[in-house]
Amino acid sequence: MRPPNYLFKTGSPEMSDHTKDIDQPTGVETTGHEWDGIKELNNPLPRWWLYIWYATIAFSIVYMIAMPALPALPGLGTNTRGVLGESDRVNVARQVDQLRSERTVAGTALLDASLEEIETDRSLQQFAMAAGESAFGDNCATCHGAGGRGAKGYPTLADDIWLWSGTLDGIEYTLRHGIRHEEDPETRFSIMPAFGRDGLLTRAQIDDVASYVFDISGRDVGDDEAVERGQEIFAAQCAVCHGENGTGDRKVGAPNLTDQEWLFGGEYREVYNTIYNARNAHMPAWGERLDDATIKSLAVYVHSLGGGE
Amino acid sequence: MGLLNNHGILERHSLILTIAILITVSIGGIIQMAPLFYMENTIEKVEGMRPYTPLEVAGRNIYIREGCYVCHSQMVRPLRDEVERYGHYSLAAESMYDHPFQWGSKRTGPDLARVGGKYSDEWHVDHLIDPRALVPESVMPPYAFLAEKSLDYENIEHDLKALKMVGVPYTEEMIENAEIDLRAQVDPDIYFDEQDALVARYTEAAGRDGTVQIRDFDLDPDRITEMDALVAYLQMTGTLVDFSTYEAEDLMNRR
Repeated sequence: MRPPNYLFKTGSPEMSDHTKDIDQPTGVETTGHEWDGIKELNNPLPRWWLYIWYATIAFSIVYMIAMPALPALPGLGTNTRGVLGESDRVNVARQVDQLRSERTVAGTALLDASLEEIETDRSLQQFAMAAGESAFGDNCATCHGAGGRGAKGYPTLADDIWLWSGTLDGIEYTLRHGIRHEEDPETRFSIMPAFGRDGLLTRAQIDDVASYVFDISGRDVGDDEAVERGQEIFAAQCAVCHGENGTGDRKVGAPNLTDQEWLFGGEYREVYNTIYNARNAHMPAWGERLDDATIKSLAVYVHSLGGGE
Repeated sequence: MGLLNNHGILERHSLILTIAILITVSIGGIIQMAPLFYMENTIEKVEGMRPYTPLEVAGRNIYIREGCYVCHSQMVRPLRDEVERYGHYSLAAESMYDHPFQWGSKRTGPDLARVGGKYSDEWHVDHLIDPRALVPESVMPPYAFLAEKSLDYENIEHDLKALKMVGVPYTEEMIENAEIDLRAQVDPDIYFDEQDALVARYTEAAGRDGTVQIRDFDLDPDRITEMDALVAYLQMTGTLVDFSTYEAEDLMNRR
């Protein structure tokens, strides 16, 4: 081992710029560097590699002129544009415009067509279903589940129970304006009071109403007096929206309470909780986010899922 | 070939070689950095961008604390499919008040740059409490504790001050009223006067109406939880800029 005097001076003392050292077995010139008797051959760079390297340098100059490249030259104020005028942002705007106009061409036929026409016209139907399914996956399935299977608090779209409307136009309206979406003045709106939290009914009264709701949904609560008391309270407090018989009212999005389907759970505890705290779910308005043809396609898709009317 | 012959000097003296390497490398750095000192503006001209409200800042702090950025990016790239799925591509201007920015490139979950307004508050709360109850195929961990944990906003004024130091244009008034603004945004029933003041302050900063959302975000009206703050932040993301006035074709906005 040599002492570390190579900190500032490297290379072997034998190295010279003038004498050539040829490696005998290969006949190739060495670099003149020697470490413990091992020398480095100084082969030329492979031609093919060298020319590709030169080509990339030439290409980079062409590219720099053709495409946006230099960040900013003094006085220019912004980056160089490149003679081709390429811009990712302009490109994406053009591509999206193209996509939307293609969609509108097919979509116009869709928008003009009636439900029967869509159902009988195979190409229209296929277009609407394909576009609707893909938009549903991106935007709706997060809440309503894949295929519209729903979740607690998020209505199932694959059945024939509709809170507000199950017609094609009604579904489109809901999509466009949302439910209780306060930024949209035309949104579907209603408010269920929090009967317990806001002190409109006592806990005992809520118990009675819950018993009555249990009774009309075809289940036996075993306390006929509670059911009777509940019926009176129901007629005074609930019937205005849910109907005298509890069958609901689509004008205000009040669900039918006499069936076995429960958006927020049908256990006694859950029904009680719903009366106590109220349920006023929101759906955002999509009219601003999605184009017309997509909304129509979604309406057709949702309409077809289960029980479109 | 004098230059090549003298190359030996560089090869033999490591200190000289080091200095030469430094000079060479710094040329690249200077070309990238120097323009930033004389360019007037590197971000787009947009309308509607404002500093985040104290509640949104608190929510953003939770977003960072919980490492949401590990799985969620916050940048919609200017590509057709991204724009189709998430909405308008993100602008530099939209993260100009982010310190640090949350762009990211890891998308185990979807991009969140435009999640604001896409889903209801209930959805955010339900989904954060139990992601798989709503999206069975999700691999997101549950964050149910956010709904239980009261929001600690004692230091919110200092958060705003710190952001002001790194260039976010909070006014003295905004900083002084940080705590009351935070409460006013989530509890409009009690702080109705303060609510107007909050809206006035941040609407002036935004230059357009409708950027401040006020309501009980976690649907638990009795207290202010971390869920309130996080949902308030998420419901704001990507909603500030008024894209009806944004001109992509403007030379200053082209990239």
